[in-house]
Amino acid sequence: MSLFLTQVMNGIGNGAVYASLALALVLIFKTTGILNFAQGEMALYSTYLTWYFADRGLSVWVAIVVSMAISFVLGAGIERVVIRPVEQASPLVLVIVTIGLFLAINSIAQVQFGSEAKHLPRAYPDNTWHPGNVLISADTLVLVGVLALECGLLYLLLQRTKLGLAVRSVASNTESSRLLGVPVGRILMFGWGLSAALGALAGSLAVAASQPALTAASMQSILFFAFAAAALGGFDSTVGAVVGGLIVGVVQSLTTQYFKSLSDIVLVVPFALILVVLMFRPSGLFGTTRVERV
Amino acid sequence: MALLDVVDVSGGYGAGLILHGISFTVRQGEAVVILGANGAGKTTTLRAVSGMIDARGEIVFDGRRILGRRPEQVAAAGIAHVPQGRGTILDLTVEDNLRVGAYPRRDRDVDADLADWYEIFPRLGQRRELPAGGLSGGEQQMLAIARALMGRPKLVLLDEPSLGLAPIVTEDLFRTLGTLNAERGVSMLIVEQNVGLALDLADRGYVLETGRIVVEGSADDLAQNEDVQRAYLGV
Repeated sequence: MSLFLTQVMNGIGNGAVYASLALALVLIFKTTGILNFAQGEMALYSTYLTWYFADRGLSVWVAIVVSMAISFVLGAGIERVVIRPVEQASPLVLVIVTIGLFLAINSIAQVQFGSEAKHLPRAYPDNTWHPGNVLISADTLVLVGVLALECGLLYLLLQRTKLGLAVRSVASNTESSRLLGVPVGRILMFGWGLSAALGALAGSLAVAASQPALTAASMQSILFFAFAAAALGGFDSTVGAVVGGLIVGVVQSLTTQYFKSLSDIVLVVPFALILVVLMFRPSGLFGTTRVERV
Repeated sequence: MALLDVVDVSGGYGAGLILHGISFTVRQGEAVVILGANGAGKTTTLRAVSGMIDARGEIVFDGRRILGRRPEQVAAAGIAHVPQGRGTILDLTVEDNLRVGAYPRRDRDVDADLADWYEIFPRLGQRRELPAGGLSGGEQQMLAIARALMGRPKLVLLDEPSLGLAPIVTEDLFRTLGTLNAERGVSMLIVEQNVGLALDLADRGYVLETGRIVVEGSADDLAQNEDVQRAYLGV
């Protein structure tokens, strides 16, 4: 039992990273209707930025904040320069554009930062706690804590500010928002910037927490799981992204522990789960099935 | 001087031209109606004013040229467009819908205006915390009008406000529009199929036929005009 709970806790830690990146995906999907396949590579580039600043002597936490700020600007720039011109194009075109971005950003990161593996210094003591024989690592606590803080701030931003109201309005009805004087273009830039910043946080934490090496392939499996989380939660639900991320993390962790034969193809399990969920709830666990009277 | 001066405007979607050089004006405080059959270009006319389609010619609003501006800039300049189908922001609550309407404003009277609109439309007040997508058609139309006026525009464009509403709801709506026009001096440019109600409300009107204005005059003149009667009033 304690092994089970230990694995659940580990899974929640990993899941917090997926949830964070899934939030970024959902934000962009809600506002622009685009599945951003480049989200992981944007996070990769941001994580390299975090490494860069940490390597220049900033503390990891400060480096993450600086990277988030730069990522916000870069994300907004990508919306303006790359996405805006093809905004009205078919979804297929947009998919190709974001896949192009995926490849481009990945290459830029390799050229700029080199292909050898990077390591972030530890940002906090590597403590563990054993309440009732369940092992809880500092990683898990930090990841979950940061996710909770992130969700709280995001909630305040979206629900309690005029800017957040505009974001929700554009997400729900772009044309109406435009006619009411909401500067839609700037709001979309803000959405992309915000997503890039969330991705920077997710990527940096993933590398800062359990200390895997940072390479050009670091974000790819994380992006898969984040997509899985977003699909599970319902692509248009921020709550769904978080719950989906945690579920995917736990399922992944339990699979690795209990189904050793599946541990090489652990990607399959969350997706099998999603398949089952979507068969019964096509809009995901928290996705909206719109009720509209006409 | 006219509040809105549309001069020789042509435009449409892509290569197809729908408006062929139309000219009309709306003066301060006036309610002006545009009549015409389906496909005459009524909605396109409003969309041209709002900057939603490519158009040529000249549109001057409140002393400023607005042709070529983007819809959000036109809105910020003081033109509120209530689109056909009401443009309800479905996922937002009734109150948030109204707050979006006040987005371009920088003053601090938004809450007072909200209370004001809940008094004019008590049903919106009762439903303020509910998602706007759950409102009935008539309530959504009230919401659309209140939302547009939350921005304190100088001119409101109304595209088929009666569409999909029961006759009694429509009459009620036009009474409210008449009150807003008479008592608050809200200038209006209305496109409407219900010609009788529209001419009752309006000061002046224009008849649009395949993208050209063929008749214009006071609302009374139009109501007496034999062509208008035959074509739109079923007399």
